[in-house]
Amino acid sequence: MSNDVNESPVTSTPARSANHFVAPLEETPLVAIDVVKVAEKPSNLWIDAWRDARSRPIFWISGVLILLVLVVAILPGLFTSVAPNNDCQLALSNGGPTDGHPLGFTKQGCDVYSRIINGTSTSLTVGIIVILLTTVLGVVFGAFAGFYGGWLDSFLSRIGDIFFSIPYILAAVVIMSVLSEYRSVWTISLAIGIFAWPSTARVLRAEILSVKQSDYVMASYALGVSKLRILFRHVLPNAIAPVIAITTISLAAAIVAEATLSFLGVGLGSDIMSWGNEINQAQRDIRTHPQTLIYPSIALSITVFAFILMGEVIREALDPKARALR
Amino acid sequence: MAGYILRRLLQAIPVFIGTTFLIYFMVFALPGDPIIALFGDKTPNPAIVAQLRQQYHLDQPFIVQYLIYMGGIFQGNFGVSFSGQPVIEILARTFPVTLRLAVIALLMETIAGILVGMVAGLRKGKLFDGTTLAISLILISLPVFVIAFVAQFVFGVQLGWARTTVGDGAPIQDLILPAIVLASISFAQIVRLTRSSVIETSSLDFVRTAYSKGLGRRRIIPVHILRNSLIPVVTYLATDFGVLLVGATVTEGIFNVPGVGNTLYQAIIRGEGPTVVSFVTVMVLIYLLVNLAVDLLYGLLDPRIRYVK
Repeated sequence: MSNDVNESPVTSTPARSANHFVAPLEETPLVAIDVVKVAEKPSNLWIDAWRDARSRPIFWISGVLILLVLVVAILPGLFTSVAPNNDCQLALSNGGPTDGHPLGFTKQGCDVYSRIINGTSTSLTVGIIVILLTTVLGVVFGAFAGFYGGWLDSFLSRIGDIFFSIPYILAAVVIMSVLSEYRSVWTISLAIGIFAWPSTARVLRAEILSVKQSDYVMASYALGVSKLRILFRHVLPNAIAPVIAITTISLAAAIVAEATLSFLGVGLGSDIMSWGNEINQAQRDIRTHPQTLIYPSIALSITVFAFILMGEVIREALDPKARALR
Repeated sequence: MAGYILRRLLQAIPVFIGTTFLIYFMVFALPGDPIIALFGDKTPNPAIVAQLRQQYHLDQPFIVQYLIYMGGIFQGNFGVSFSGQPVIEILARTFPVTLRLAVIALLMETIAGILVGMVAGLRKGKLFDGTTLAISLILISLPVFVIAFVAQFVFGVQLGWARTTVGDGAPIQDLILPAIVLASISFAQIVRLTRSSVIETSSLDFVRTAYSKGLGRRRIIPVHILRNSLIPVVTYLATDFGVLLVGATVTEGIFNVPGVGNTLYQAIIRGEGPTVVSFVTVMVLIYLLVNLAVDLLYGLLDPRIRYVK
């Protein structure tokens, strides 16, 4: 046994190849392999993710819930014909459910159900503006920091660290107290989004650091493709999956942040219908009339739950490693 | 290790300067006059406005204002609250309460979270695992004030097991309920983190080797699996401690815990802009320091981190 091994480095190549055993090719005909390959459906990360997601019941449960929330937000008129503000009668203050008013009345004698339905679009709008903002800022900072590296990376990463190290509820509290005269859906989204983007940037930067080592990126350099073009054509599309995965969860977090700020009384003005505002106004009557507090809380929790569930499905579908943990 | 600590400390300096600058900028350079805002709806007396402007150095250029403010911070002067009390004195009174609350919450979530997460991870795919995952997702979806109100209503008002608000001197038994509320969300995160970490570690070569050596589960689970799974959990716990110290505003407000968060909550409700700012500044500084400690701890626990440039 040892003889063979010891000899091999000195043996000349022609002599070795003469003794070399070659498996007969007939056993695995190349044509057969090709046929199998052609018959297979083309696949990539996104198709795989879609196949994985649609096979899971929680994808459909959260999908239906999110669709319902979207329809309520866009067309509140389909669900209630009671005006949320105009029909309030103080005589009905904190009243129980009556015909046509299934969830009772608030302290001001307004219809709870109608106010919840009409507050849906506020939460959703804030959530969507915030994720647009965090995704744009996060992608710009994360992509350039990760792709170019060097001093630009240090500079952009430190800026991210500064925004990251201020807990974003505290930061939003300060911004909203300062902007107390300008409270609107836009300012609250800005206050949340401007401090929430660094986590997106960090995720993208880490992913880009590994993607830019890939052979196809090297090949593009060799072909003389410009740096910016490599970033946008090859690196970014292959590194964006984790960002997509956290976006849905960020949307849920933004909805909670808006409700928390409104609950604290520094969020949206009381003239804007919002679940956080409803909960804020109902908290003093928790002992006697918990229903005015519970119903908006349920609406808020179910919406957040739907988006978190969807976020989980998307994250696991896009990340083969997370799929293995199931 | 010394090089790693030095590098982390040097990195923290620009972040510290940037963070304080940002807070200062948000308050004093954004639209909306902080002095006029102090008066609410009343028309302010111009002489008082001028005096306040001088007191807060608002008549100086922005960068000079910032430098004066930073100089104050380094001398331990974090500003004065609306009622004229130095912020540092209010902190000395309220911080111990918050610290006590944070420690109770942290103990509860650590013990329960690691235990449940470990069992779920070892029984991956079984009923216990599925139930735990579902419960943890629901807990994560519930905003903290919803959990707080439900706990207050069910345990405080209906069952009468606990007082709905915390009494004088914040005795431990009154802090249990708010601590459970605070712990519940992190509990869910710790369960998920421990579970995935345990699953990952269980499939590693050294665990298989331990089994093939003939070691029993009683030794492999605590020594081989758990010890090596806890690094991400410990980091999360340390970060969460920082969050608990500064971020309990909502829970402390609802249960009327006389801590740092509640003082901030009251200041927000009463619209005391400058107090809010001084408090947030101090909280961000605490948060920064805890995070720095977490990074150093991480480097201590996992030698691989130290060598990453």
